[in-house]
Amino acid sequence: MSRLSVSELWKGYAGTSVLQGVQLDVQPGSLTAVLGLSGCGKTTLLRVIAGFERAERGTVSLGEQTLDDGRTYLAPERRSVGYVPQEGALFPHLSVQENVGFGLARRERRGEQVAGLLEMVGIAPLAKRLPHELSGGEQQRVALARALARHPQALLLDEPFSSLDASLRSRVREEVHALLREQGVTTVLVTHDQEEALSLADNVAVLRDGRIIQQGAPVELYERPADERLARFLGAVNVIEASFEHGAARTSLGTLELPGGQTRGAAIGAVMIRPEQLEVHERADGAHDDGAAGLPGRVEQCRYYGHDALLHIRPNAPAGAELLLARVHGGQALPAGTPVIVAARGTATLVDPEPDELG
Amino acid sequence: MSTLAPSPPSTPSPPRARLAAGWTRAWSGRRRWPLVSIAGATLAAALVLLPLAFLVVQAQKSGLGEVRHLLLRHSVAVLLWNTIRLALACTVLCALLGVAAAWCVERTTLPARRLWAVALVLPLGVPDFVVGFGWVSIDPALHGYLAAVMIMTLALYPLVYLPVASALANLDAGLEEAARSLGLGPWRTFWRVTLRQIRPAVLGGCLLVTLGLLAEYGAFEIVQYQTFTVAIFTEFKLGFDTVAACVLSLVLVALSIAALGGELTLTGRARSSRPAGPGARRVAPRVALGRLAAPVLAGLGALSGLALGVPLGSLVYWMARGSSTTLPSASILAAAGHTAAYSAAAAALATLLAVPVSALAMRHRNRVTVLIERLAYLPMALPGLVVALGLVSFSVRYAFSLYQSALELIVAYAILFLPLAVVGVRSAMGQSSARLEEVGRSLGARPSAVWRRVTLPLIAPGLGAAFALVFISAATELTATLLLHPTGVNTLATQFWAYTSELSYGAAAPYAALMVAISAVPAYLLSRRMSTLANTGRAA
Repeated sequence: MSRLSVSELWKGYAGTSVLQGVQLDVQPGSLTAVLGLSGCGKTTLLRVIAGFERAERGTVSLGEQTLDDGRTYLAPERRSVGYVPQEGALFPHLSVQENVGFGLARRERRGEQVAGLLEMVGIAPLAKRLPHELSGGEQQRVALARALARHPQALLLDEPFSSLDASLRSRVREEVHALLREQGVTTVLVTHDQEEALSLADNVAVLRDGRIIQQGAPVELYERPADERLARFLGAVNVIEASFEHGAARTSLGTLELPGGQTRGAAIGAVMIRPEQLEVHERADGAHDDGAAGLPGRVEQCRYYGHDALLHIRPNAPAGAELLLARVHGGQALPAGTPVIVAARGTATLVDPEPDELG
Repeated sequence: MSTLAPSPPSTPSPPRARLAAGWTRAWSGRRRWPLVSIAGATLAAALVLLPLAFLVVQAQKSGLGEVRHLLLRHSVAVLLWNTIRLALACTVLCALLGVAAAWCVERTTLPARRLWAVALVLPLGVPDFVVGFGWVSIDPALHGYLAAVMIMTLALYPLVYLPVASALANLDAGLEEAARSLGLGPWRTFWRVTLRQIRPAVLGGCLLVTLGLLAEYGAFEIVQYQTFTVAIFTEFKLGFDTVAACVLSLVLVALSIAALGGELTLTGRARSSRPAGPGARRVAPRVALGRLAAPVLAGLGALSGLALGVPLGSLVYWMARGSSTTLPSASILAAAGHTAAYSAAAAALATLLAVPVSALAMRHRNRVTVLIERLAYLPMALPGLVVALGLVSFSVRYAFSLYQSALELIVAYAILFLPLAVVGVRSAMGQSSARLEEVGRSLGARPSAVWRRVTLPLIAPGLGAAFALVFISAATELTATLLLHPTGVNTLATQFWAYTSELSYGAAAPYAALMVAISAVPAYLLSRRMSTLANTGRAA
């Protein structure tokens, strides 16, 4: 098991910089997801690590070995880095068995090792098939077995699940995850799916405009995102006005703790609250606000997803107040028009004072 | 040596400097390009430019005054007029026939569609000069402009039919349905949507027709119609005037390039527009012909009869008559042997040159490699006569031992049909994506091993197709062969031509029949693929 580290990596094409000083640290044996929108440079990052592209500046190293530092460069075939491209990219003229054995020495190609790998990913009966005779999930598994055959010290997965349909995706994802755990190989997974990144990875690095803007455990990212834009990318948020005192944020939904008690010196500002932090209680219509903590409002819309529901709630005051989003369990899917009281629990995240940073 | 600073943003340099930098980088090996590929692609580019360069050299010898004198002669104006009015009439007729036939086969409930899809393409397998021979040998009174227009239209319309039929079969019905739902009637939908969609195919086909007309010699000689190519041939072969021939050739090249430019301008953005993902395409419903079925069938029948029936019928007629008087079996075998040997060598050379050209253009795309790839398509605009004249000019001045040698003929074929080979190899390269090669390397295989274990097995069928296409084209080539074939060695084409010139039609017919047989195979295969398209309405 080796540690993969990328530091100050620059890479561009035809005058435009795609990677602008990327800093990434992948602990030995861990699974790190690189999360970003399409065009943010995540595939380029993988390609530089794999050695298909050369770094302009910065270093890529695996364990003690320098793979690329802008001057010396190790060819892809001399790196111990496995690569599973999008849609698998199986060699169409070779059978499953021959695909898996491709990277092995000639005498090993038909031996037990290949059979063992096929067994491991659960496709042993398909050994003689050609790639076009396999389903998407099976192709993905062959590609994985092929990349693992040479016992690479690091494994790169480029959006491995995006080509699978939704029902298959979660199953293959789970299987691959279990397999990688078992193998303990240092893995980088590139994805644009925040759910996938949060649920699968030990560590998530968010790549935006060629830079890693935040890297940390999924919980850390979700609860303390670096900025509002990232917060919104990771899931829906409510932004509400707050006044700060004693390290807490006082809002119309109640008083919420601020992590670290930091208010950055301001007395008033805005905080972010996740929809699942809102508690919603039905209120008898016309009933008087008898001092109950929370903000009275009315359900405007209810999106029902089965396991949970998302309520769009319009506060009664002030007039024209912004909608609040509240995630409640499926049994609490209140119909539109229901009067409710909304309160928040947990911690709030401070919104950056610069609104120009949005977008 | 370029040192290629690793700092990311560099100030833009003028294009020429960047091109030069590209060259240097290509040669310096800093990006570890396969040297063999670079050498091969450079050789291909040099070969393509060689004939053109020596035409210019030869034409310059006479001096500007002489060139002006040659070009301002009255006969040049007549030749220009003859060539242009023929090109215009034939191209328009081919476009009309090709589009109408393709629409009937692909978009209507025409009976026996598979049969028509084959029959309408097969005339492509009959060399133009054999079509001319077929008509004139049964009606010697046929000559002049109208005969030339008719014969060339019948010989060349499949060049429009094929791409248009394929475009129609692949058309997304969703677009037409959207137009209808936006209130357009069927005719306006055809004009504003369908025709727009197939326009690149129509224009591409028309370009091939025009280039074919500009390059044709044999058929026009047979119907005694003077175009530029015929005049150049006569000037060189009978007048022994290389300079005049070269000057006129340059005009011919200019005409071809004008046609190429015209097509590019007219196609414009239409070429780049592509429908959405593969899942979005729907197959269009067919139009019921109803009472129109009989006239449409009669029209297609007449077209096939004239384009295919008459030439083949007259070949059969002359072979039946000829076999009683002459027995050319020994010489036909020798000629077939020569044809096969030259064509195979040319096909191997062209395919070999096409591999590095396409590989570099697809895997190491930059200004230099793209330029080389474009150069490889240049021979499309170079009539066989021009390539032959250029090589003659080169060899008589610098390498006389090459003059009228087998090698010179083979090189001429390879240059002439390099575009066919590049098209074939390029589409084969598409079968092996750069990603597969990268995966191969990440699995520990060195570049040479990746080439052997991944790329080559994947492109092998495409290489075979490229070889076959060049072989067949070379085997039925007449003009360059007449100029370059080694003295005393006859090929099928030259022997056919010799007999035809003597009006020994019976003796000529078996040679033509053999050439038709050779080129019928790919024409048939092509049409079979089209008929599957016609039947299922989908790309394979």
